[in-house]
Amino acid sequence: MAGTGEIRSCSDGGLCKSAGKRLTTEFLSCIKCQVKLTKQQANWSPYDNGGSCVAVAGADYCVVAADTRMSSGYNILTRDYSKICKLADKCVMASSGFQADVKALQKLLAARHLIYQHQHNKQMSCPAMAQLLSNTLYYKRFFPYYSFNVLGGLDSEGKGCVFTYDAVGSYEKVGYSSQGSGSTLIMPFLDNQLKSPSPLLLPALDAVTPLSESEAVDLVKTVFASATERDIYTGDKLEIVIINAEGIRREYMELRKD
Amino acid sequence: MFRNQYDTDVTTWSPAGRLFQVEYAMEAVKQGSAAIGLRSKTHVVLACVNKANSELSSHQKKIFKVDDHIGVAIAGLTADGRVLSRYMRSECINHSFTYESPLPVGRLVVQLADKAQVCTQRSWKRPFGVGLLVGGLDESGAHLYYNCPSGNYFEYQAFAIGSRSQAAKTYLERRFENFVDSSREDLIRDALIATRETLQGEKLRSSICTVAVLGVGEPFQILDQETVQQLIDKFELVGEEETPAAEPDADAAAAAAADADEGGAAEQGGGAEPGPAAEQGAAPMDI
Repeated sequence: MAGTGEIRSCSDGGLCKSAGKRLTTEFLSCIKCQVKLTKQQANWSPYDNGGSCVAVAGADYCVVAADTRMSSGYNILTRDYSKICKLADKCVMASSGFQADVKALQKLLAARHLIYQHQHNKQMSCPAMAQLLSNTLYYKRFFPYYSFNVLGGLDSEGKGCVFTYDAVGSYEKVGYSSQGSGSTLIMPFLDNQLKSPSPLLLPALDAVTPLSESEAVDLVKTVFASATERDIYTGDKLEIVIINAEGIRREYMELRKD
Repeated sequence: MFRNQYDTDVTTWSPAGRLFQVEYAMEAVKQGSAAIGLRSKTHVVLACVNKANSELSSHQKKIFKVDDHIGVAIAGLTADGRVLSRYMRSECINHSFTYESPLPVGRLVVQLADKAQVCTQRSWKRPFGVGLLVGGLDESGAHLYYNCPSGNYFEYQAFAIGSRSQAAKTYLERRFENFVDSSREDLIRDALIATRETLQGEKLRSSICTVAVLGVGEPFQILDQETVQQLIDKFELVGEEETPAAEPDADAAAAAAADADEGGAAEQGGGAEPGPAAEQGAAPMDI
């Protein structure tokens, strides 16, 4: 209700002297009351299914993990929903945010990968898929996919790589990353354990962790157990996907259900 | 052969009610190198003869994977075939995306046929100069279709198109009644023999033919040269094919087939090679 001067009185209520008088400003209340007025808004949004995801890159492996809880507000929709999707032979994506958008994004990328395979007669490499994902997200810059992704896999040389994204496609190759509701809890812990060298350093330093595969998996399990304690949207079960030269394997771990 | 007065445009009828441009397009299919397709209840096999222009060049790709459950072999203007394959792949991907299920083959061939028909009724277009043997698997079983440049399509138990395909068709006509219940191995064997028929005496080698299989539990794949050569060696009797000589070989083939079926994969190599055949069959260092 802005700009037309149709507001008859200050919205602050009966106490204001401007009540009953026509306001010529575009504000909902007169200038004096505005100073006092605080608009209360609900912060709950149905367009967020919660959950956290993490990826850690190693010298010859990559670990991608996400919890399996899907929620809506304070309700749990299901305890057993996978947020992880295999996009190519050595490339796996975990996404939190709005799962309907995530699903649409996964289907789109799968279709594009099929087209790539028909044209080039080979699977897409992880860095190629990373660029494709970025472009796909930016394509909807003005009506974004509400999807916060981490992409993990092996590059063409067999080294682990992790790419982290925002909702509109800004991405970066990193050694580890987390996204989702628990990321504010998880990321500082990963920084503490795995501190990545800055990408601005010269000469460029290797971002992958020196940890072994089993150590990285244990780290991820620890991280989720902690995040589950304090983040209400994270819990139920942890799905871990490990990509290495032999292929892709899956592990599960129970998390707190409350 | 030249009916000059009415054959300039595809939009011109002849007094006899024929569209000569469309018929000429079908001639183009007959000029291409042979492509053969056969089907059983559960499998479809596509085979084609690859002739390279010269010893220096590679041969043209004539068999394309369209989706896990559909493959196509072409004869005629291969460029047109490539474009149509791209269209078919795109249709399959879009259908999968929207309906989360594979596109039934029968629907795809109708779409292809309609696309071909458009080109027979526009003055600024020309008909596609390629015949397509579309093999696919859907809920109602295995299917083989032939799509003409005219926009017609027919379903077949077995068919051959391209140059010297009549020889292959003759062989297939003799044997097609058995195909419905054929095993995967027998079907491939018949495909290879039919391919050999089109070669008119030239020796069948894996370097001049391509074989592709798809079936229940087996997504479409083009067999690699080694596998094809081993199959040729196993099935090839120097000279004649048919009944009397076929009996002992059929037994050996059936025995090997039993093993291979369990194995499931395309590798037939394994035990069943008799020594001398292996030596003479060892893929000649071609060109």
